[in-house]
Amino acid sequence: MGTSTYQLRCRECGKTYANQPRSICESCFSPLEVTYDYDSLRAHVSRDAFASRAPNMWRYRELLPLPAESQPSLPVGFTPLTSAPRLGEKIGSRRLFIKNDAVCLPTLSFKDRVVAVALANARSFGFEVVACSSTGNLANSVAAQAAREGFKAWIFIPSDLEPAKILGTQVYGAEVVRINGSYDHVNRLCSQIADEHRWGFVNVNLRPYYAEGSKTVGYEIAEQLGWRLPDNVVVPMAGGSLITKIKKAFDELILLKLVDPKPVKFFGAQAAGCSPISTAIKQYSSEIEPQRPKTIARSLAIGNPADGHYALQAINKSGGWAEDITDTEVVESIQLLAESEGVFTETAGGVTVGTARKLIHQDRILPDETTVICVTGNGLKTTDVLVDKYRSSSETAIAPKLAEFEAYLASKASLSSAVTETAAVGR
Amino acid sequence: MSITVQIPTALRRLTAGTPSVVCSATNLSELFSHLDSQFPDLKPHLRDEAGETRRFLNIYVNEEDIRFLGGAAYSFQDGDEVLLVPSIAGGAE
Repeated sequence: MGTSTYQLRCRECGKTYANQPRSICESCFSPLEVTYDYDSLRAHVSRDAFASRAPNMWRYRELLPLPAESQPSLPVGFTPLTSAPRLGEKIGSRRLFIKNDAVCLPTLSFKDRVVAVALANARSFGFEVVACSSTGNLANSVAAQAAREGFKAWIFIPSDLEPAKILGTQVYGAEVVRINGSYDHVNRLCSQIADEHRWGFVNVNLRPYYAEGSKTVGYEIAEQLGWRLPDNVVVPMAGGSLITKIKKAFDELILLKLVDPKPVKFFGAQAAGCSPISTAIKQYSSEIEPQRPKTIARSLAIGNPADGHYALQAINKSGGWAEDITDTEVVESIQLLAESEGVFTETAGGVTVGTARKLIHQDRILPDETTVICVTGNGLKTTDVLVDKYRSSSETAIAPKLAEFEAYLASKASLSSAVTETAAVGR
Repeated sequence: MSITVQIPTALRRLTAGTPSVVCSATNLSELFSHLDSQFPDLKPHLRDEAGETRRFLNIYVNEEDIRFLGGAAYSFQDGDEVLLVPSIAGGAE
C-alpha cells in the first residue's frame, strides 16, 4: 500500500523529530505537527488514483501519517455530502450542503477518523494500551476501534456525561474512569498519567498523528464537490483542531494541484455556554480566555481549547468569523435539521446548524455562495435534550380500533385548526 | 509558608530530573524568579520575551487553572500545589 514519508515538526520553532509518541517540542514546549515531503508526494497522488479506491478515508492514505506496515481494515469515513435545499430555504442559502459525519463508521462521529490514524501509529510504536480523555464521542470511538484492533482501552470522562455515551463506551469492554470535574480537569489528569504510564493516549502523546485524521473531512468535501473547494465551511469548535485541519486539507490539495486555488472562508461554531474561541473572534482579541463550560452541548464543552490559538488564526486569515448560540437554539436547530433534511444530529450539530443560520442572517455567509455545514455527530447519542419536546404526544395512546383512530384524527384536526385560528387572530 | 511545584516530564531534562520543587513564592512572578535562579535552563520555557506566561503552558493551583484565580495577581496560600502542564488538550468534537 502506498504510504508517504512524514515526520514531526514544531509548529512554533520548526524543530523536526523522527516519528515517535510525542506531542510537545522539547526546545520550546509548543505543539508538534506532522509534516510531509510535498514535492515527492506531488508525483504520487492524483484525483484518478484516489477516486479508483474504496469509498473510505484510506483512499487518501498518501496524505496521512500511516506506518508502512499498517493495514487499516475498517471502512472509516467517506460520509455523504448532501445538498440541503429544504434547510437552505429555511435559513437563506441556495447552495447549502451537509457533510454528514453523523453516519461515520464505526461509532457515528467524525472522531472515528482521528482514532483510526492514531491506532495505526499506536501499533507501530508498540503500545498495548490505548487511552483518551473524552467528552464522549472520542470515548466511543477509541473503545470500539481498540476492541477491533486488539488493544486494551482506558477511557477518562467527566462524570456528568450523557448516559448513552457512557454505555456506548462500556459496551466495547473498555475501562471507563469517571472523573469528578470538567473535561479540562480530565484532560489535565490524562497528561499527567501519560507522563507516568507507557500508554498510547490518542489525544496526548499520539496527538500529532491523531489530529491528521481530521483532514480527511476536507479531502472528501473537495472530492464530493467535484474536486472543487466551497466558498464557506461552518465547523463546530471544541478544542479547535478540526477547523484547522480542514484548512490544512484544502491547502494541501491546492499545493498538490488537485484543486484550483480558491479562497475559502472558515466559520467556527460554539455554544454560548462555552465560547472561548468565538468570544475572542468577536472581540478581535488574539488571546483566548478560558471559560468554565455550562452548556448542553457537552461534546463541545472545552473551556481551555488547546488549538484555540490556531483556530483563531485560521478563521481570521480566511476572512471568516465565529458565532455562538444558546442552548435553546441548539435544540431548535437539531429539530430544524431533522425536519428539513432527515438528518438527526447531536447537540454539537445543533450548534453548527444554528450558528450557520445566524451567520447567514448577519450576511457573513451569502445566499448564492457554496456553503458546507459540518455535522460531526449522531443525535441518538444525546436524546436526553429532546425528551421534553415530545413528552405530550408520546403519552397519548389509543386502542387498536378504527373508530378510535378516526376520533383521534378529528381531535388532531380540530386542534390544528384552533391553532391556525388563534394564529390568524394573533395577526 | 511553602508551596510545591510539580515539574512535568517534558521539562525535567532542564531541572536535572527534579520532579518537584518546594519554595516560598507568594505569587506567580516570585515563583518564576525562584525557578529561574534554581534552573536557569528552564527560564525561556516558562515566559516569552515579553515576560508573559508562554501560550502553551497551563498553570494549575490545586486543580484550578490559575487564570480563574486571578492569574498573576493570585496570592499563593500555604500548602498550595502548583502544576505546570503543557497545553495538549483536545478530544471532544
